[in-house]
Amino acid sequence: MYRYDEFDQEFVTERVAQFRGQVARRLSGELTEDQFRPLRLMNGVYLQLHAYMLRIAIPYGTLNAEQMRMLAFIARKYDRGYGHFTTRQNLQFHWPALKDVPDILDHLSRVEMHSIQTSGNCIRNVTADQFSGAAADEIVDPRPYAEILRQWSSLHPEFVFLPRKFKIAVTGAERDRAAVQVHDIGLQARRDANGRVGFAVFVGGGLGRTPMIAHKINDFLPEEHLLSYCEAILRVYNLFGRRDNKFKARIKILVHETGAEEIKRQVDAEWERIRHSALALPDEEIRRIRDYFALPADLRPRPAESIVLNRARAGDAGLDAWVVQNVVPHKVSGHAIATISLKPIGGTPGDATAEQLELIADLAERYSHGEIRVSHEQNLVLPHVALDDLPALYEALERNGLGTANAGLVTDIIACPGLDYCALANARSIPIAQRISERFGDHARQAEIGELKIKISGCINACGHHHVGHIGILGVEKKGEEFYQITLGGSGDENTSIGEIIGKGFSSDEVVDAIETLVDTYLARRDTPDEDFLAAYRRLGQAPFKEALYGTA
Amino acid sequence: MFKAATSGPAKVVTANRLDSGLVVFLDPNGGWALDIAEARILDDEELDDALAYGKEQDDARIILDAYAIDVEVTDGLAVPVRLRERIRAERGPTIDYGEAERQRLAGGQAEAGE
Repeated sequence: MYRYDEFDQEFVTERVAQFRGQVARRLSGELTEDQFRPLRLMNGVYLQLHAYMLRIAIPYGTLNAEQMRMLAFIARKYDRGYGHFTTRQNLQFHWPALKDVPDILDHLSRVEMHSIQTSGNCIRNVTADQFSGAAADEIVDPRPYAEILRQWSSLHPEFVFLPRKFKIAVTGAERDRAAVQVHDIGLQARRDANGRVGFAVFVGGGLGRTPMIAHKINDFLPEEHLLSYCEAILRVYNLFGRRDNKFKARIKILVHETGAEEIKRQVDAEWERIRHSALALPDEEIRRIRDYFALPADLRPRPAESIVLNRARAGDAGLDAWVVQNVVPHKVSGHAIATISLKPIGGTPGDATAEQLELIADLAERYSHGEIRVSHEQNLVLPHVALDDLPALYEALERNGLGTANAGLVTDIIACPGLDYCALANARSIPIAQRISERFGDHARQAEIGELKIKISGCINACGHHHVGHIGILGVEKKGEEFYQITLGGSGDENTSIGEIIGKGFSSDEVVDAIETLVDTYLARRDTPDEDFLAAYRRLGQAPFKEALYGTA
Repeated sequence: MFKAATSGPAKVVTANRLDSGLVVFLDPNGGWALDIAEARILDDEELDDALAYGKEQDDARIILDAYAIDVEVTDGLAVPVRLRERIRAERGPTIDYGEAERQRLAGGQAEAGE
């Protein structure tokens, strides 16, 4: 993992002291709320429905056991004993008192964490594939580049007052697990025929009220140009992005209105001016950062087959189901990547108690070389687990409500906090997720359905990524009642698509039945059990699903 | 200071405390109660004064962003008309969370296993 150098530590420590002064001046009346609001937002402090909310950055979704324990400590001491992992690999506390936030940030700074740029019109936390550095299918570990982007974008003087927020995601595998095509900039690390590292660069993707798929404007950007090219994109956006209308201020609108070809031309022209500047990345610096992300020194190849695991699986159906569903191959023989589902049947997606966070920290140290990842799908990951250790890991997880074998299945639902917590929401998301989870909670039924991604947002801002759900659910308010609009066919992977609205919305009472109708229609119409929901929808189109829901094709 | 609602939807004034951020309601004594049951119920004539008082309290750094909400009054108790405000008045989400949720889920698992 990356470790702060003196500059990083000093920078974060100074920011905590600065914010402590700002909070004191707000509480003493020197600052009005209008003056204070942008300052607190730049430090991740929102005022939500019930209380303040603090959003903590987990850069590219990577954290260690010590950091996880600190999150547990803060949850217990300053919040209500739990935290919520978000679709941008951040963690949110829903109940901190403003007067306590400087102390919280001080604690975080001691474990190299902060909340800087988790809000506001700036470059936000850079997200990455949660399996980075471990996945068998990985071509390039994207995290060193995400770290380089983090350093470049932190308080970048040109880019702290952008027209609107700006989100960057990076992946290093052909299989896109980071949803890069629905980000302002999406980067797919790859190698050319000579083995050189570079990036496919996507620009102008996004969700929200105007969902758009990003355009690829560079097929192979050599790694040394990463910063100069991103700076060129940001400069074009900063100059031409709209500031007159908040709803048209994201780069996706600029790309859409200007045209991808013209944006590419503008970016290339700006890039030509600055590509040989100080922004060019020296090999030596890339190597220095990359070294932080080397595999653990004591992670050595083991036999590809584990007798211990095979024997345990044969005698424990729960373990076997969990391995099938939540465990994927590691790049090093004899190891695996284990997803810890934060989607227990009937639970709140993405929530974990302080005790669970501490347990995961302990398990990470015991079984995963101290490393933990957060996925944008609101789960946690232990990236380096020996196959022999999987039975013991599963047993510990299962004992503590963390052994749900549902990664990628119908109950692995993304849901934003919705109207239960969020000041912007129009409808609740979590209770809908819980009821769908309970409806489909039987493991055999889920397994029969296969991969099916349901994503729920409580308003058009789409924090629950409903546009890219195989089944997307958007909560709206209609005459004071909650209604839910369903979209089908969305996907946030390498074949990104935006879901299509299937018809009129459903009441809260009706929506779970509607989802079941869709699932039953899929099961009845799929070609083979291997044809997943998305593939079947793409083959069949809307008609049979619409007919099943409304009786009118 | 208490006065029953006369015509039109009754109102209460709500805000968030500056220090804690928690939801509060203007009470009959000019204080800010966490429980809507203690809220002062206002009619149209009283509303402007109550909101002006809220602004003063905002300036005095007690609360943030006072505003009025419509309520229905039954037996002297105010229930917000809008769902959003009903959830705020409940002082928490409509679902359980943290340790309470974990225990509920653990209970469910135990029953399923029996």
